Amino acid sequence: MEQAKLNQLKKTAAQLRLDILEGVHAASSGHPGGSLSIADIMTYLYFEEMNINPADPKWSERDRLVLSKGHTAPALYAALAEKGFFSRDEIKNLRKVDSFLQGHPDMKGTPGVDMSTGSLGLGFSSACGMALAAKIDGKDYRVYSIIGDGESEEGQIWEACMFAAHYKLDNVCAIFDWNGLQIDGPVAEVMNPTPFDSKLKAFGFHVICIDGHDFEQIAAAFAEAKTVKGKPTAIIAKTVKGKGVSFMENQVGWHGSAPNDEQYATAVAEIKASM
Amino acid sequence: MAEKIATREAYGNALAELAEKYDFVVLDADLAAATKTGVFKKKYPERFFDCGIAEGNMMSVAAGIATTGKVVFASSFAMFAAGRAYEQVRNSIGYPHLNVKIGATHAGITVGEDGATHQCIEDFALMRAIPGMTVINPADAVEAKAAVEAAINFVGPVYMRFGRYAVPVLNDNADYKFEIGKGIQMKDGSDVTIIATGMMVGMALEAAQTLEAKGISVRVVNIHTLKPIDKDIILKAAKETGAIVTAEEHSIIGGLGSAVAEVVGEGCPVPVVRLGVNDEFGHSGKVPPLLEMYGLTPANIVSKVEEALKLKK
Repeated sequence: MEQAKLNQLKKTAAQLRLDILEGVHAASSGHPGGSLSIADIMTYLYFEEMNINPADPKWSERDRLVLSKGHTAPALYAALAEKGFFSRDEIKNLRKVDSFLQGHPDMKGTPGVDMSTGSLGLGFSSACGMALAAKIDGKDYRVYSIIGDGESEEGQIWEACMFAAHYKLDNVCAIFDWNGLQIDGPVAEVMNPTPFDSKLKAFGFHVICIDGHDFEQIAAAFAEAKTVKGKPTAIIAKTVKGKGVSFMENQVGWHGSAPNDEQYATAVAEIKASM
Repeated sequence: MAEKIATREAYGNALAELAEKYDFVVLDADLAAATKTGVFKKKYPERFFDCGIAEGNMMSVAAGIATTGKVVFASSFAMFAAGRAYEQVRNSIGYPHLNVKIGATHAGITVGEDGATHQCIEDFALMRAIPGMTVINPADAVEAKAAVEAAINFVGPVYMRFGRYAVPVLNDNADYKFEIGKGIQMKDGSDVTIIATGMMVGMALEAAQTLEAKGISVRVVNIHTLKPIDKDIILKAAKETGAIVTAEEHSIIGGLGSAVAEVVGEGCPVPVVRLGVNDEFGHSGKVPPLLEMYGLTPANIVSKVEEALKLKK
């Protein structure tokens, strides 16, 4: 990857992180940890990978993203706002009663949201439905879906995996955000869903394991996924929950709580210093 | 005696017939032979997708397909469509108001021998409670086919209930017109109104004959759309006949009886006596003795009408 492009991606990802923190801080609630862990992947998807048009959010030929781990909506809203689907001024209204930025993604109210999600385990199935529709219609758009590692404890994720492989949905790409933490503690201790790679291979997926914060690896994984025919692809992205804010990194407490004013100022200063 | 056809048969046949005229896809969860979507599958295999025994996934997949502008039918038994997959229907389909048509067969206790685990008597209550969900329960094969076509032309989620048990064809006439949300007056009368849905409409007409012989003038109304419910026809019946009996093959909690009582209570309070399954589970058995066991009979409708008339005075 060219250095200029890499620098630009890093800068955009940092801006997404600032937006995530701004929204969650302003709302005094929300899920910063898992939003920060997917910020780099979201950046790559919305600024490099996906064929989308902010001026026409319902464009029928567009690539789709289903954020199956819907509680990390702040990351999605940040990407959509920075991409121009709506004004970034709206970010500060996250979760407020007069805003269209719901606590979990609402496809009816928010431009650019392709599927309403939030109840864990449901989103990936809908991504598979979109991918099947593309096959039926002979369209070449692709469908991406981000699944939480904790979320994969839901049985429906594996029902959808069966479905994706059975119908040879090579136009669907599942991204497992393996940040290792869920509300009650480490994923491995609460209810261990790993190993992801051998399970997903056994379910019929082409599996790619990456560092979910390394843009070179992210780029290579999405490029590889597009070459796979006859089976779905799963990208297992090892990530750090709370990535980019030192005191949030790998801390389960930041799964679903907002920073206070002081913590917010510290977090913003850290991210700005990295830019 | 009128011809008897199960509404599930009419559902499968309607899908196969209407597929010539409309573009839609059909999903099932390993029950195509029973839900009768198999009739469609045979004719249009490229538009049929089996999801296997995974109803929750099927509903969320259906929602995903619907986001692309397609009309999707998703079928299973009522127990698994409304029960097992309730949350997927609510959150994947209902919340985004997607254009998914849920074809739920084998509803109620007329499932018969399979027994309580498969006899869904709560589906109206569950589906009615989802904001924006349309809930339809056809009375016979004619109405079932009309309902399927109306659902295709309607934009938004629709839950349709079909039965396994063959029921008499009542609506085989030239004037028959199906409109979502519009009840049908099957017979006029002035002393009392029986408001029935699904297979109970035929029994209500039988009960009315018995009552007329006793000198009681009975109106019979068919409510094929539980939601949005036809308030006008219900309030008119309340005003003009002063007493109402509801009849449904569903729990007396949350279904037609509850819906009618809500409308009557707020608009024109008169006695409403509910006939349905009395807050209990089903049982294995052949259908006729089961209907006797649960009181889903014309004779029991007659006694409920007598109860309502006493309350009226």
